[in-house]
Amino acid sequence: MASIKECLSEFAHVARHPEEQLKKYRSQGMKAIGCTPYYAPEELIEAAGMVPFGLWGKAGVPKKAREYFASFYCSLAQMNMEMALDGSLDGLSAVLFSVLCDTLRPASQNFKVGADIPMLFLAHPQNRRTGYGVTYFAQLLENLCTELEKISDRPIGEEDIRRAIRIYNENRREKRRFCTLCAEKAGLISAVDRHLVMKASYFMRKEEHSRLLRELNQALEAAAVPDFSGFRVVTSGILLDSEKLLQLFDQYQLAIVGDDLAQESRGIRVDAAEEGDPIRALALQFSRQNQDPLLYDPTIYSRSSYIKRLIRDSHADGLVQIMMVFCDPEELEFPDLSRAVSEAGASLLKLSYSHEMVDFGQAETSLETFAAMLSEKREMGT
Amino acid sequence: MAEQKGEFAEKNRENPSADGEKKEAKLMLREVVAKVYEEAFEAKARGELVGWSASKFPAEICETLGLHVVYPENQAAGIAARHGGQRLCEAAEAMGYDNDICGYCRISLAYAAGVEAEERPMPQPDFVLCCNNICNCMTKWYENIARMKNIPLIMFDVPYNNTPEVSQDAVDYMKGQFYDAIQQLEAISGKKWDEQRFAEVCRNANRSAKAWLKACSYCSVKPSPLAGFDLFNHMADIVTARCRVETAEGFEQLAEEYEAAVKEGHSTWHYDENYRIMFEGIPCWPELKKLFTPLKSKGINTTAVVYAPAFGFVYDDLDGLMRAYCKAPNSVCLETGVEWRETLCRENQVDGALVHYNRSCKPWSGYMPEMERRFRRDLQIPVVSFDGDQADPRNYSDEQYQTRVEGLFEEMEMAKGRGEEN
Repeated sequence: MASIKECLSEFAHVARHPEEQLKKYRSQGMKAIGCTPYYAPEELIEAAGMVPFGLWGKAGVPKKAREYFASFYCSLAQMNMEMALDGSLDGLSAVLFSVLCDTLRPASQNFKVGADIPMLFLAHPQNRRTGYGVTYFAQLLENLCTELEKISDRPIGEEDIRRAIRIYNENRREKRRFCTLCAEKAGLISAVDRHLVMKASYFMRKEEHSRLLRELNQALEAAAVPDFSGFRVVTSGILLDSEKLLQLFDQYQLAIVGDDLAQESRGIRVDAAEEGDPIRALALQFSRQNQDPLLYDPTIYSRSSYIKRLIRDSHADGLVQIMMVFCDPEELEFPDLSRAVSEAGASLLKLSYSHEMVDFGQAETSLETFAAMLSEKREMGT
Repeated sequence: MAEQKGEFAEKNRENPSADGEKKEAKLMLREVVAKVYEEAFEAKARGELVGWSASKFPAEICETLGLHVVYPENQAAGIAARHGGQRLCEAAEAMGYDNDICGYCRISLAYAAGVEAEERPMPQPDFVLCCNNICNCMTKWYENIARMKNIPLIMFDVPYNNTPEVSQDAVDYMKGQFYDAIQQLEAISGKKWDEQRFAEVCRNANRSAKAWLKACSYCSVKPSPLAGFDLFNHMADIVTARCRVETAEGFEQLAEEYEAAVKEGHSTWHYDENYRIMFEGIPCWPELKKLFTPLKSKGINTTAVVYAPAFGFVYDDLDGLMRAYCKAPNSVCLETGVEWRETLCRENQVDGALVHYNRSCKPWSGYMPEMERRFRRDLQIPVVSFDGDQADPRNYSDEQYQTRVEGLFEEMEMAKGRGEEN
């Protein structure tokens, strides 16, 4: 069995070098499909015998993408476009674009005309829980299958999709188990490593990721609970994809014991049925997704309930909102999130985040102050 | 400075005559909107339910059910135009809403939370009707209001289109929502759906839309019988009252007046029409006067406005109604958006385009750089842009705007010079 260190090292390498992964899969004769956020039905890409590659931008300043966007668009959309224009996405056979926010709508159109990569389009239905919503999404997934079949040049059978669903369910289970272990053994896995483990799955076939993660989880289960005197925090937002920023969490002993990040746990909460019509199973899986600022919430209160439960179940001292600059869905839900954190008796920190960040001084001061405040609260027993 | 023409005569035409002559369209239309709000207040006072609706939620439903509905976007524009936008935006920011969020949304959230707005008061809601064909921001905006008030929210989801065609699958999905919305509203209000009334409402809506589009089309006449900015004054009617017969009558009257103006050779544009341009985007309501000033001084009439005809929903049947509601500027693909605008520019014979990068509207401004390139390439016209906001005056710089209009003017002069040389 590989050691914790060995597993983490492998995950870290993959997460830091997606281009090597792409090259590897291509050399094996496999095609790769880029997937923009959010809720890409990767199972269908797997079922078509191709590799999904997650596109969550990259650190840096958009240059060529500025030809397509005014300045007030999030760095995630801009950097995905930048990667398409600077050659970083060369080797992908297509990009699957979803449009769950107001930036992604025009971003899809910019990508369609500006990037030299075919675009597959998916507009998820927001009234997804109703019968007609499930039927509609199932039809969109059928259409997507047809497009994927053209690229992979092979038919996608029902059993292919069921097999992919089993692979993805297994991967989601291992990821959830990993997150739980990070919470149960706070201090054992650094914030940086936790992120890299999750991020690596965007550039690995899920069977490979699950195999390695299973080994890591077994090693973590066998490890002793560390003597951790720091603080337990939950992260929330679109993504926290900066090792420098994550290092500050580690520096101030802020262990991430749970997350409500789009790039990490939001996409792994719900599994798909492994029996029956597999397309419908995927449509039903999406219909059960909720508690996400990107999605219409039919109950209007489910996210705040979820956040309170997440804080309580992970015994978190605080929640750090990673506020993607110019992300209006997250911004619109911030006051409600703030209330939920307060009602859960936890502390809240809002950190601005962008792929363009090069100076982390302000973030460091905020995290240092947050840790000091949590320390003070602990001493006062509040 | 452009010559000012016949303002006295124009002003005389604005006032209704005492001898029972037909009332002017703009007065008719102003009264229609006032009535929508008055009736909502009266209904509220009687203890009846009042809803808040997204501007492009299928208005036919509530009109058929006889439910009173008012429109937060229209209210926000009205508050902004009367210079209350910043006050309410700042109030929303104090509640924790980021200043990056749409100005209409911030104004509406502040008003829902109880911040007064004498500029355009409206009754507080008992239910909200959300439709995201205009933007996704609507979804969380309306959820926030529903939570704030603990009231029902009815969601009508219009899938964003990547192709000019709307699929039958999408139409069926929307029809499912349409029937669902009716059932939900029947349950909330206790009122019953009446197919005959629905047919009548649809006739009114189509009549209004056709008359509105006809009125808008007079911008194609050269010289134009209207100042294009006039169309913004009538947006409230097509937003708040498109299913009412008096709205249709008002727009028909407006079109008749434009027709007469063409025949008689006068115009509500009181200046030389040296150049004709397209104005792209929602106007900066707090700064309408400032937007207008450099245009009139240089004799630049805005004969194409994308925003105005965007509300002209025309359809034949229920499937057509669904497809019509897919045709909002922010729910169509780039190709359709370009085709709309370029057709408008060609028909309305524009010499240039002025593009508003609206800080409040990410879906609209998000493909404008590409649109600008296409306008230049396909139409061979100069295009300039400026930064602004539909409701928050802090995002507008008059210096920048004036400089950009100056630049556009110079480019149009040069293009004209080249044309004359050739």
